[in-house]
Amino acid sequence: MPATLAKSGGLFLAMVVALFAMTQAKDAAFAVHMAIMALAALIAAMAVMATANVTATLGRDESVYDDAPVRWGVIATTFWGVVGLLAGLFIALQLAWPVLNLGTEYTTFGRLRPLHTSAVIFAFGGNALLCTSFYVVQRTCRARLAFPSLARFVFWGYQLFIVLAATGYVLGVTEAKEYAEPEWYVDIWLTIVWVSYLIVFGGTVIKRREPHIYVANWFYLAFIITVAMLHLVNNLSMPVSLFGSKSYSAFAGVQDALTQWWYGHNAVGFFLTAGFLAMMYYFVPKQAERPVYSYRLSIIHFWSLIFLYIWAGPHHLHYTALPDWAQSLGMVFSIMLWMPSWGGMINGLMTLNGAWDKIRTDPIIRMMVLALAFYGMSTFEGPMMSIKSVNSLSHYTDWTIGHVHSGALGWNGMITFACMYYMAPRLWKRERLYSLRLINAHFWLVTAGIVFYTASMWVAGLTQGLMWREYGADGYLVNSFAETIAAIHPMFLLRAFGGSLYLAGALVFAWNIAMTIAGRIRKEAPMTETPYNPAADRPLPASTGALQPAE
Amino acid sequence: MASNPETQPKAGFSHRTLERNITLLGLCSLVAVAIGGIVEIAPLFWVDSTIEKVEGVRPYTPLELAGRNIYMREGCYLCHSQMVRPFKDEVERYGHYSLAAESMYDHPFQWGSKRTGPDLARVGGRYSDDWHRDHLKNPRDVVPESIMPAYAFLAEKPLNAGDMRAHLRALRAVGVPYSDKDIEQANADLALQATQDGDDADLTARYPKSQVRDYDGNPAVVSELDALVAYLQMLGTLVDFKAAEAQEQPK
Repeated sequence: MPATLAKSGGLFLAMVVALFAMTQAKDAAFAVHMAIMALAALIAAMAVMATANVTATLGRDESVYDDAPVRWGVIATTFWGVVGLLAGLFIALQLAWPVLNLGTEYTTFGRLRPLHTSAVIFAFGGNALLCTSFYVVQRTCRARLAFPSLARFVFWGYQLFIVLAATGYVLGVTEAKEYAEPEWYVDIWLTIVWVSYLIVFGGTVIKRREPHIYVANWFYLAFIITVAMLHLVNNLSMPVSLFGSKSYSAFAGVQDALTQWWYGHNAVGFFLTAGFLAMMYYFVPKQAERPVYSYRLSIIHFWSLIFLYIWAGPHHLHYTALPDWAQSLGMVFSIMLWMPSWGGMINGLMTLNGAWDKIRTDPIIRMMVLALAFYGMSTFEGPMMSIKSVNSLSHYTDWTIGHVHSGALGWNGMITFACMYYMAPRLWKRERLYSLRLINAHFWLVTAGIVFYTASMWVAGLTQGLMWREYGADGYLVNSFAETIAAIHPMFLLRAFGGSLYLAGALVFAWNIAMTIAGRIRKEAPMTETPYNPAADRPLPASTGALQPAE
Repeated sequence: MASNPETQPKAGFSHRTLERNITLLGLCSLVAVAIGGIVEIAPLFWVDSTIEKVEGVRPYTPLELAGRNIYMREGCYLCHSQMVRPFKDEVERYGHYSLAAESMYDHPFQWGSKRTGPDLARVGGRYSDDWHRDHLKNPRDVVPESIMPAYAFLAEKPLNAGDMRAHLRALRAVGVPYSDKDIEQANADLALQATQDGDDADLTARYPKSQVRDYDGNPAVVSELDALVAYLQMLGTLVDFKAAEAQEQPK
């Protein structure tokens, strides 16, 4: 097989290059990373050779969807979700009890916090986006995934990116720009993976058997393109050496600050919003068995959302050395952003028109509805916090942390859980999930967890913001900084309690998914569930002449 | 799935065109998302308020730079801001509000987004080297309420910053005006600045206000603690705001 030979040969070559770079390394972390890359190349080469007979048939059978990368993605999402939440709980406890920093350089809050944020955003969220997009694009295009080998590269390449980023944080390799911490060579690797992702996704849309590109795919496409743009610009940097991990950002000071928050805010806007709205646009109508509420609204809110989001970055820099006009622009666009955000929420919620009873009977729908409710709440809170006078109080405090988590835990977490619950039995050809009733336990654990988390952070943020600016009758500041830390200690404990509830819920979720994969069915009183017809869940045959809408 | 779009083509532009052509859809999305960034970010490279120079601001010395790299490596920016906002309480607590020019050589910027600990933009000279040494070793020895991790390992680790000439060269490539001599002497400058009673005439001529001394109380080695404290002790000290005040409000 020349293809197998070429691929494994190329991978061996990559391994040799990585080993060479390892011997030339200027610092230990770079050597470790090159060793990881060499090992990954070796494993990949062996896997290519071992599965040569499987690969030969890949892409041949156009009568079924290519779901292997989706199944791996469901497992990866579940795994990284638990890891990321565990890291989050640990650093929350470090803030309550600093002795938990353990006195080693590898376990300080400063190194583990990027591990938490990257694990939940890029590992948990990213895998959810990858696997749902591969699932959704095939179903809505009624076509098998394009470039099957490349799709597998995208999945495994992305996991390698996660491992390189995570090990780098612990070893102290960082560009020190929030949510863009990985160093230059990891950034280049992610760029290669991301372009491949665009090719696989776009290629599948091009070979579609449906005349129209479904709305979910607009959002996925905008998410992939915009994240590529943001990633490329914000990570422009000058390496100190080709064989060292350190680089210096191409921009400095105020220019670097706005580039970073243009990136940072739109990592939220496109990674955590546009991509997840794409998930919502497929899975909510499917689970509710209702059409999307409004086609017009989806057009209006899609274009206004992606156009407006980009402008909102400066609200992270209110009252800083950024020029006033840029701050005001950021504030005005952030407030305008409220409307398209709620457009998405309304389109999702109103899809339940005529099926509202399912909130009572269908635990997956219930989770989706709460996800949308949290989306609505945090996209109201965000514009409010972007108002300069509100921001002067909230900025630099835990209010921001609470706001982010109501969106991340409520919207991103819950919609992801719901989509995984929807996909798991279908992907592994199970009669149903291991247990629908366990979803209820999961639902209440995470809901209570979010309430404790956000409420405690609101109180902590307001307390700290007000104490910082408190003046006594004598005209002097009343509180030292240290006193404000002591004041919010109880809130840090409550936050950690909320986080542990959420983690407990995620463990129930992981158990349910694992049992479903294992083929177990829990004996329980039945609940309603959306029927599934495996015979209809396949690509349209290529011989069909005229393109016809399928459903 | 979605309420079906009408199947009859309409005269003029219809969204159906975009929905049927992924290239067009992708291009229009790219245009839509490119505009905001271009309008907001591009002018910052030209407008006066963001590129004007302020007297006193200079590039970091090699030792300060090495310290700054440790500050970044340890993720200090995750809990400490370096951006004093122009509010009465902040100015009284931390000092004069921050100017854009003060971070013009910061690749990357370290303004931060959260104050789990206090702002550090003007921490230079506020505490003694001894205080910093004790505080980094175990913060709760000097601030009982502190929740900062202990960084005792910094004093133990010899500074291994690599070839500082390569660092300065990389920074010059992105616009920091290091001279040829600065680059040539980078490694010697680093060692000199951490030496007690070193001959600092040449160093302070090229890097005004640079502070030359043994920062960590251990003259035998240049440790990571030396570099980090050297960085912390220069933060916010370059611009002479007292001199500016006198011009603004003649007495």
